[in-house]
Amino acid sequence: MSATHAHDHDHGHGHSTAHDHHGPPAGITRWLYTTNHKDIGTMYLWFSFFMFLTGGTMALLIRAELFKPGLQFLDPEFFNSLTTVHGLVMVFGAIMPAFVGFANWLIPMQVGAADMAFPRMNNWSFWLLIPAALLLMSSFFMPGGAAASGWTLYPPLIIQQGISVDMTILAIHILGASSIMGSINIITTILNMRAPGMTLMRMPMFVWTWLITAYLLIAVMPVLAGAVTMLLTDRHFGTSFFNAAGGGDPTMFLHIFWFFGHPEVYIMILPAFGIVSHIIPAFARKPLFGYASMVYATASIAILSFIVWGHHMFTVGMPAAGNLFFMYATILIAVPTGVKVFNWISTMWRGSMTFETPMLFAVGFICLFTIGGFSGLVLALAPVDITLHNTYYVVAHFHYVLVSGALFSIMGGIYFWLPKWTGHMYNEKLGKVHFWLSMIGFNVAFFPQHFLGLAGMPRRIPDYALQFAEWNAVSSIGAFIFGFSQLLFLYNIIECIRSGRTSTQKPWEGADSLEWTHLPTPVPYHTFETAPVIR
Amino acid sequence: MFLKHLRAPRTLALLLAAPAAALADYHVDILPPASPTAQDAYALHWGVMYVCIAIFIVVFAAMFWSIYKHRRSMGAKAAQFHENTTIEIIWTLVPLIVLVGMAWPATKTMLEMKDASGADMAIKVTAYQWRWEYDYQQEGLRYYSSLSTPRDQIEEREHKGAPKEEHYLLEVDNPVVVPVGKKVRLLITSNDVIHGWYVPQLGVNQYGIPGFVKDAWFSIEKPGIYRGQCSQICGKEHAYMPIVVEAVEADKYAAWVKQQKAKMPPPAATPTAVPQEAPAQGAAPAQQVAAAQQAGQPVAGGAPAAAAPAAGGAPAAGKADGKSTFDTTCTVCHGTGVAGAPKFGDKAAWAPRIAQGKEALYNSALKGKGAMPPKGGNAALSDDAVKAAVDYMAAAAK
Repeated sequence: MSATHAHDHDHGHGHSTAHDHHGPPAGITRWLYTTNHKDIGTMYLWFSFFMFLTGGTMALLIRAELFKPGLQFLDPEFFNSLTTVHGLVMVFGAIMPAFVGFANWLIPMQVGAADMAFPRMNNWSFWLLIPAALLLMSSFFMPGGAAASGWTLYPPLIIQQGISVDMTILAIHILGASSIMGSINIITTILNMRAPGMTLMRMPMFVWTWLITAYLLIAVMPVLAGAVTMLLTDRHFGTSFFNAAGGGDPTMFLHIFWFFGHPEVYIMILPAFGIVSHIIPAFARKPLFGYASMVYATASIAILSFIVWGHHMFTVGMPAAGNLFFMYATILIAVPTGVKVFNWISTMWRGSMTFETPMLFAVGFICLFTIGGFSGLVLALAPVDITLHNTYYVVAHFHYVLVSGALFSIMGGIYFWLPKWTGHMYNEKLGKVHFWLSMIGFNVAFFPQHFLGLAGMPRRIPDYALQFAEWNAVSSIGAFIFGFSQLLFLYNIIECIRSGRTSTQKPWEGADSLEWTHLPTPVPYHTFETAPVIR
Repeated sequence: MFLKHLRAPRTLALLLAAPAAALADYHVDILPPASPTAQDAYALHWGVMYVCIAIFIVVFAAMFWSIYKHRRSMGAKAAQFHENTTIEIIWTLVPLIVLVGMAWPATKTMLEMKDASGADMAIKVTAYQWRWEYDYQQEGLRYYSSLSTPRDQIEEREHKGAPKEEHYLLEVDNPVVVPVGKKVRLLITSNDVIHGWYVPQLGVNQYGIPGFVKDAWFSIEKPGIYRGQCSQICGKEHAYMPIVVEAVEADKYAAWVKQQKAKMPPPAATPTAVPQEAPAQGAAPAQQVAAAQQAGQPVAGGAPAAAAPAAGGAPAAGKADGKSTFDTTCTVCHGTGVAGAPKFGDKAAWAPRIAQGKEALYNSALKGKGAMPPKGGNAALSDDAVKAAVDYMAAAAK
């Protein structure tokens, strides 16, 4: 598919991705028309960074309002819009596209393929994100402001709101289409384009986790599309799916939404497991412990993820048997997740470790993700969940798994592969400062939220009672430290691309997947014209 | 909890030179439970927390020891082992056993929470944007409960707000008053969007879902005031619909009921129909309360339900039929007046409609009107049953 392009591996400086100047066309058309998995991966990653900063700005507005009790800056309705769109932007705009960016960059290289299976569809999956993001963001300027029902979009509240909700629904449809196309592409690439000798059980963990994630996406994105379509017809076409007066049931939306929503949580964490499973062995200079059990654990988590959605709904009033079923299924997930953590620690055990920035993020990931796992276990117990449902304890829990889980792995992964992608080393000292500021800022922001939740502070409120004031102030300070330290990250990346010192082919001694062992640094615009043979 | 332990050595407290009162505001624990299920959930939470903390310490002690010892700068040489079936089986099975140990007490508590049988009294809670309505099923009391914090304490955007008082945002005009030691069953629903009736110390956190009645229960041992809030986002005033439950001794409760009754509006203005039989999910015991009511227990305002249709002049057979149709179908909307439906017994809303004549009313009911589907969405009803229900509703509003 790329045989007509010239291959010249002479790389110049000063270009944002340091790709081959002779391969791709110059200017904007390169990016508009590109079918190259690396270009598309780059665009995904920049898009997600931009959305991350946008969603982060919303989070800081929220934390500014919550710094003390009373309404200081924001109208409550606008505050609700901020919490809603912050959630949607971070989930669909930042975390998911970032992992798709990694998938685009790494999967062809790691399985020994020339490119993704459907390069033109790949281009389309990326460019769909732009109109979706524009729809979502411009809904802030519509009469009544952006959707303000929380990212979960529960009816009937969502039915009450204006045109911005229709824009949000359309944006979700487009994002879903993009995700489904991306998943088809990833599955096809992995199953059909592996190099000779690259058997399934030899694939790098990142490829495995993405294969399973892609199946999850294909299974649940249509469910979300169905749910929001029903919202749309309830709003405009006189149906009553979620309206008791017409024979429907609002609870049905919760069931459908969370049938999508819980696998979605694993969509956002499984690729993170993959990334961490590359970083830890590389810096421990020792092979990944329990590769096979890692694969099985990932698959078990994915399968279990389909039967636990009800744990988001312990307070809707399901029968006791329903609550118990979902409680048992949920705590079962702790078993494969525990296996993963034990495997990572065993990989480190008796290794020869060094702690460059990617390793710091990976170790930070293991510690903090485990805290998020434990709070998840606490919340899985239905009676405790009923005491804590919709409080800040839940907010703390999912930020521990999504920020210090998914996001830390993304940051670690960026530092890890940046030399391979750009041919330049990032600034190690700055990277470490970024890690420590993120680590401290994150924990100061989110650990006290456990206490707020235990004391009974509900989430999604712009104003709160006085006994919550102290921890909220602490949390806001942490959030600002965390937020602003991400500018260091941005600076470090740009500095690395523009003028970082040249990297060797394999800057990390223990890295062992194909992109490190078989390809020069930076990777040429086209790779594996002839498939490598894996023994 | 942790800070409590930290504060114990007095020297430390002195060193910190922080007044205990200030430290006390850094809550790190669940508020003291006041109801049996809350007590169980509290114990369960701490049991699980201790297990988690123990596992965390063991696992991460191993990791950090490894990080310290097995680093290249310490001269560590990497071993190359990468699997060990025995240990992998052990660390799959051991957590499984620990989890079963957690699930057992959790199951017991869950079953207890869901068992609202044998309740001494029932209060129907209806959520509105943005206040609560409490309907005491036995006493026949019905009133709204709204935030009582003055707006000038909240608003600080344009000018400096008034000083905030102790119970800022957690105070209401009319609290829920219950007797101590009684098992109180809540029948929770909503008039508009999903809300959450949440009082942490009572272990109750239950969504109010429009069109459905869900139940929960609590029983308070000690007299006192327990505060909570709406837990589910319900629009712009979500932060401003608190819940205050006041538990009092039996005699004080009786006095309070008497006093409230005196304050209730005259019977005619407070219709009696309560959407008791809106499709209640998972609530077999709910039918008991409903049945108790139909059996002639006093209902709100003291106006006997049977009195209303008597004024209508519809045939005797139609009377019973009309009421039962109303109770099973029409009440979903007409009971509380959702989606623009004229509310049962609301004279002002019904007058212009009644003025159009019976036939016009029958027609609307049979063919649907505005948000109302034909036959109220229940196609199984006969035309006569629908007409009887219309008669019943019209009679109640005359």
